[in-house]
Amino acid sequence: MIFKGKAWVLGDNIDTDVIIPARYLNTTDPKELAAHCMEDIIPDFTQKIKPGDIIVAGNNFGCGSSREHAPLAIKSAGISCVVASSFARIFYRNSINIGLPILECPGCSEKIKTGDELEIDTDSGTIKNITSGEIFYARPFPEFIKGIISAGGLMNYAKEVKK
Amino acid sequence: MGMTITEKILANHAGKNFVEPGELIMADVDLALANDITGPVAIEEFKKAGGEKVFNQEKIALIPDHFAPNKDIKSAELCKSLREFAKEQNILHYYEVGRMGIEHALLPEQGIVLPGDLVIGADSHTCTYGALGAFSTGVGSTDLAFAMMTGQCWFKVPETIKFVYYGKLNKWITGKDLILHTIGDIGVDGALYKAMEFTGDAISSLSMDGRLTMANMAIEAGAKNGIINPDDITLKYIRSRAKRPYNIFKSDENAKYADIIEYNVENMQPKVALPHLPENVVDVDEASNIQIDQVVIGSCTNGRLEDMRLAASVIKGHKVHPYVRMIVIPATQQVYQEMMREGITEIFIEAGAAVSTPTCGPCLGGHMGVLAKGEKAVSATNRNFVGRMGHPESEVYLASPLVAAASAIKGRIAHPKEVVGDDF
Repeated sequence: MIFKGKAWVLGDNIDTDVIIPARYLNTTDPKELAAHCMEDIIPDFTQKIKPGDIIVAGNNFGCGSSREHAPLAIKSAGISCVVASSFARIFYRNSINIGLPILECPGCSEKIKTGDELEIDTDSGTIKNITSGEIFYARPFPEFIKGIISAGGLMNYAKEVKK
Repeated sequence: MGMTITEKILANHAGKNFVEPGELIMADVDLALANDITGPVAIEEFKKAGGEKVFNQEKIALIPDHFAPNKDIKSAELCKSLREFAKEQNILHYYEVGRMGIEHALLPEQGIVLPGDLVIGADSHTCTYGALGAFSTGVGSTDLAFAMMTGQCWFKVPETIKFVYYGKLNKWITGKDLILHTIGDIGVDGALYKAMEFTGDAISSLSMDGRLTMANMAIEAGAKNGIINPDDITLKYIRSRAKRPYNIFKSDENAKYADIIEYNVENMQPKVALPHLPENVVDVDEASNIQIDQVVIGSCTNGRLEDMRLAASVIKGHKVHPYVRMIVIPATQQVYQEMMREGITEIFIEAGAAVSTPTCGPCLGGHMGVLAKGEKAVSATNRNFVGRMGHPESEVYLASPLVAAASAIKGRIAHPKEVVGDDF
């Protein structure tokens, strides 16, 4: 898959309480969740972004709670892809399971600026910064995880296991 | 080559004799857990994938604890969906308001999780059960749905960091202080994707409640699980509770560790984690000028009987500061009842504290103690992220029940000896 969009650069340790505050977890509706995504650190985030935009973050993105509402809110807000130096492990699993493309690329949040135009090829893990001309390479997924992604997510994979 | 306790439990549940870090395995789970926030999402996924019957109705726990007793209509709907699924599937471990407790306090207390188990839960603090010598870790709702359907979950076998705590703990130091000190040292991603194994003579002498607090917060260092090798304290705790057989696994002496980190805890001071990360840890005296508005003692981290006893021993005979709201939330009905028997509830109420039925409530800014703009709380809970307990401009200071109780009386962050003196 190829994604093109503007970068939103965030820092280290962006936690799930910031991605979607617990006060909104009384719903499971992705649209309602999306409306409050990141609002405690970037007011009106979902109105500021355009569909296809890309989050670029530092270390430990998605730390904290196991709420799947976090990747759901990001995906439903229209973010096409999240690139981070590292991900918290539950967020990492959840993103793969719900089909939010994520790429691990240490150090790239220091070299990409908010507003830069990016082009990302998730198959090859190539991150092209069209604005600066720089190219970064993300860590490839293990084969096993590629299997889940190609099955169309974990629950489709579950159907195969059941057979 | 030797294996760690984490590796042994994973190998055992994957039908293997040996596993090593980095290996991807599919393993059988002994228990899959969800709550009123994560459960409804898992149930939707289960149904969407054509799920009809759960793999085993005795190996699933569904517990409405986060926004229960229902805080609003939407939360009531979430709890209802959990309840109806539990009825439809005849789930053995469903606990209704009035009988329930905060999941990670309730399951060990009731002997539902035992040593050697492999447990996943759609709640990040599922890592708590490592204190019993089980492998347990948090997952999302889709992983949980997969487990409800198949009885399995995939894992990448983690590397283990061994933590060794040397020395005799002084009377002010609890499991909470040890884990805050550790997170302060290695950082909130210091154990990312890894297992944290807690060892040393200070752990050998630590109570089960203190151990549960430590394993509970392994996630705050990014860890996959926190774990303690079972010993006499474990067996004593388990014997009266277990209703089925269990397996004792222990790390081999020649097990391989990614790192070994040693602490001398002999002269440790009580710790406080400043906003807005659990790694911002200082000695309590460095934070003692901070005025506070609220104190919370409870949650899956510090809502157990020992926590209540410790807090009460500081509160006894004192009054909560006039400008402070003190909220005490026993984590289970059994803790609540025992508090009443021991006169602890009376001590809190006499002092001017509010005592509530079990709920996760204020810990995640849900209900029962949400903070206004600019307010500060000392909280015996687990996270102090931006907006965690309410308004994005409110602040949470994490501490032990001893420090939280002393702070409630002083109206500012305080060392417990400021209230009870040295002869405590």
